[in-house]
Amino acid sequence: MSDITASAYVRQDLLTERPAPVKTTGFIGLVRTRLLNSPTNILITIVSALLLWFTIVPSVKFLFVDAVWTGTDRTACLTENGACWPYIQAKLPQLIYGFYPEAERWRVNLTFALAAVLLVPMLVPRLPAKAINASLFFFAFPVVAFFLLHGGGISGFGLSWTAGLLQLFDDSIIGAGQVLLNLSKTSAIAPLLWVLGSLIVLVGKAIYWLIFPLTWLRDQLEASGQSVWTDFAITTAVVSLIAFALGGGVRAGWRPLAWSLATFAAIAIVIKLMGLDHGGLSVVQTRLWGGLLVTLVVSVAGIVTSLPIGIALALGRRSSIPLIRIFSIAFIEFWRGVPLITVLFFATYMLPLFLPGNFTVDGLVRALIGIALFTGAYQAENVRGGLAAIPRGQGEAAAALGLSWWKTTSLIVLPQALRHVIPNLVNSFISLFKDTSLVSIVALFDLLGSLRASFADPKWSAPSTLFTGFAFAGIIYFLFCFGMSRYSLFVEHRLNAHRRN
Amino acid sequence: MSDPIVKITGLNKWYGDFHVLRDIDLEVRKGERIVICGPSGSGKSTLIRCINALEEFQEGEIVVDGIELGPNLKHIDAVRREVGMVFQSFNLFPHLTVLDNCTLAPIWVRNIPKRDAEATAMKFLERVKIPHQANKFPGQMSGGQQQRVAIARALTMNPKVMLFDEPTSALDPEMVKEVLDTMVDLAEEGMTMLVVTHEMGFAREVANRVVFMDAGQIIEANTPNEFFASPQHARTKLFLSQILR
Repeated sequence: MSDITASAYVRQDLLTERPAPVKTTGFIGLVRTRLLNSPTNILITIVSALLLWFTIVPSVKFLFVDAVWTGTDRTACLTENGACWPYIQAKLPQLIYGFYPEAERWRVNLTFALAAVLLVPMLVPRLPAKAINASLFFFAFPVVAFFLLHGGGISGFGLSWTAGLLQLFDDSIIGAGQVLLNLSKTSAIAPLLWVLGSLIVLVGKAIYWLIFPLTWLRDQLEASGQSVWTDFAITTAVVSLIAFALGGGVRAGWRPLAWSLATFAAIAIVIKLMGLDHGGLSVVQTRLWGGLLVTLVVSVAGIVTSLPIGIALALGRRSSIPLIRIFSIAFIEFWRGVPLITVLFFATYMLPLFLPGNFTVDGLVRALIGIALFTGAYQAENVRGGLAAIPRGQGEAAAALGLSWWKTTSLIVLPQALRHVIPNLVNSFISLFKDTSLVSIVALFDLLGSLRASFADPKWSAPSTLFTGFAFAGIIYFLFCFGMSRYSLFVEHRLNAHRRN
Repeated sequence: MSDPIVKITGLNKWYGDFHVLRDIDLEVRKGERIVICGPSGSGKSTLIRCINALEEFQEGEIVVDGIELGPNLKHIDAVRREVGMVFQSFNLFPHLTVLDNCTLAPIWVRNIPKRDAEATAMKFLERVKIPHQANKFPGQMSGGQQQRVAIARALTMNPKVMLFDEPTSALDPEMVKEVLDTMVDLAEEGMTMLVVTHEMGFAREVANRVVFMDAGQIIEANTPNEFFASPQHARTKLFLSQILR
């Protein structure tokens, strides 16, 4: 018993604060406690220091100390062992614009400027009007950028496009019916094919008469001369009325109506400014595009389109509807199982063989679609990882509150899932950015392709141009990738505020 | 006696081959507080999860406030809007603040303007006595506070029935009391409640009826006084002797 009472203890006076015993803070503290605190660490420190010495010193020497800074051709760079910067200076336009005509390069600059003006405010969280900013960047900017970079105008608007699309659809139905009818002349199951073919042609004919008013109106508009603006007015009226009706009609529909009219007014201003109604800017074929322009177009388009594709596929893969699930799994596994080079070759050289006769897709767009689908499959698996990390209770709680599947997914599950996988998503974006250099094998000259093309110039043929060129390309790629990486860390930190106590 | 607000008839449910709920018949009248107790695995959680269609069932019928919920689960959303639920593990949305947790459903399900939804949410947060924490994230609060937010969140939808699935089982003893006090307040205001719990003190104090379940069936149902004083079935006696010492 006495043992237990003896262990009782009450402190009489509190201890005062004392300074730390040895220096454990600051630079000296770091050296003492982290770098030289044990024989192994001393060894590692020495080896690392040597490694840094042998890599950084020669690089600095090549890039700056021994470098040639001025000159007009290869003779300047023949004598020194350092980087040949005048070569980069002379080739810079080619590295940025490729073969884009010199007189039209202001269009590329304007596109870059527009992108920067829209992107920077979107990335800084403190700035207001995120919704308008994002919709401008994701919907308006691509269209404007297309007409700026590619040029050309429009000959109609919503009405003509709808009519054209429906007609194409109808033509392909009738075409398929005709094929079956032709087959039925030789096949063993002729009657069946004939019935099926006739039926399809009949349906096609029915659709033809169904959309006849639309196509007739389109033809009338085209004959009238002022087709773009008349079409534009009709489209504005129809879309605004639909927005008004869906928004709640007379009771609450005035806001959607105002938004719709404002959007169309903005579109009208853009059409007028760029002269799209009478031909627009002169057309620059995509095969003339090159350099950083192609790299950025491909990577930005790939990044922006692959994430929605990935999210849709990831949700599809977890769907309880077998058809959607099987499709998603097959799609993901197919694209993941094929090398990107194969995808690009397929998209560029084989896809045109499968498309119907007069239907052509631009070479750059084909590569873009290939890259977007390829990255989309990878993003799907990233997103699926995030979805798997969300406890079942989250969905149940949302369902118990009466939220539908769509609202539960978009408000509760996806926001949490995506936060979990930001590093993986950005990882895929960075690898997409670097993989864009593969488009050079399908005759598109991206930054790296333009660089390699520039090596062929005898005017600048010197021993150091090769190293200088690759060093420059490396720096450019690094700047973009490092920027994405840092920004993703910032976003991660900001969005995970709820996980810090 | 008013009409039953929840009416369960001939409810049968299987997990694969396992018969979890067997011929359950239960009527809950408006304003009635029912405590469901029983050993673990007896199907009590499954039963109340059937009421708002978090679980599907194979046979029988559940009618909530005149809305019929058959085995094909057609009127899920209509029923869920009328039934609030509080979970054992709180299930607050960790990426939203407390206030956003409470306004989410009113805004997105009932289409209430944000400002009105926030005013209502603050009213309910005051009722569970945590209005000053409205802008915190759930992860920054204690378990008891989180569970009270979960109750407030369910109340913002103005449910006609509240389901509690072991609301205090994941809490420290000190926090159990604050949550139970909130539930007692709610009962005194006349809310219809179905509570799965092991808190027999709560059952004695608040319940109109105690339902004892074992092996997927209702063994005994009675007023708390009768239930605790003179249990009839042998299984009930055994259960009570084990938990009340």
